Amino acid sequence: MIDILMQFVKAFVVGGAICTLAQFIINKTKLTSGKILVFFMLGGLVLQALGVYKYLVDFAGAGATVPISGFGYLLAEGAIKGAKAGIFGAITGGLSSASAGVTAAVTFGYLSALIFNTKSKYN
Amino acid sequence: MTGKNNANFNKEYVELVSKLTPKTNEPKTLFHAFWVGGFICMIGQFIKIVLSSAFGLYGDNLAGATSMVLIFLSALLTGLGVYDRIGKYAGGGSIVPITGFANSVVSPAMEFKSEGFVYGLSAKMFTVAGPIIVFGVIGSVATGLIYYVLGLLGVIA
Repeated sequence: MIDILMQFVKAFVVGGAICTLAQFIINKTKLTSGKILVFFMLGGLVLQALGVYKYLVDFAGAGATVPISGFGYLLAEGAIKGAKAGIFGAITGGLSSASAGVTAAVTFGYLSALIFNTKSKYN
Repeated sequence: MTGKNNANFNKEYVELVSKLTPKTNEPKTLFHAFWVGGFICMIGQFIKIVLSSAFGLYGDNLAGATSMVLIFLSALLTGLGVYDRIGKYAGGGSIVPITGFANSVVSPAMEFKSEGFVYGLSAKMFTVAGPIIVFGVIGSVATGLIYYVLGLLGVIA
């Protein structure tokens, strides 16, 4: 019970900290949300390529995998695993392991945009 | 406006706004981003626990399935117009989680639906997600090739 509670606390604190860092950068630089997403994704990717991000994932669980940096982590992790199997795996491993997110975003994104219409921008 | 002319008033007003806005809002925006972002990750942890006990998923599959559920929820909330309201309050707290990625897919797609289903809806889905996938794939291929070459050289096991 305490164990599960701690999992939630860790996810909350680490995930919140990553988002706070993003907000801090937005406040300082006025970067658009698209660029923030790209930078954080690349941040997770590079950290995992250096073999660091997985420790954060082991510690914080969803607190490290739910932010977009976790998407970059999955890409790098898949590529590293694939590279052990050979050159083909090295090239395709990244997108293979990140396929769930991309598939869900395309499928659910398309369906949602099909069904719903833009709400007034002035609310 | 106490005797000031219009031009003068505008200039002073703009100066006042630029001087005051970031300082007054900054701690507040950071706090909003922290608790909303943290809360979304906590929901992710909850989904993870449910999925692992209900379907016996683990490791990367579990993380992938969790992302799919979060993306579904975010696509739904964006369609209903709820996620954009959360975004106004939370800023980075709603952008950086994977739900923000889904929001960036649905929002422009919905907006440009009137331009058609191919060049409107389907194309605009990738205005923000496109660059992420481009840099992600290039980065992962580079990582894979570096690890492959290091493996050939015997630097890593």
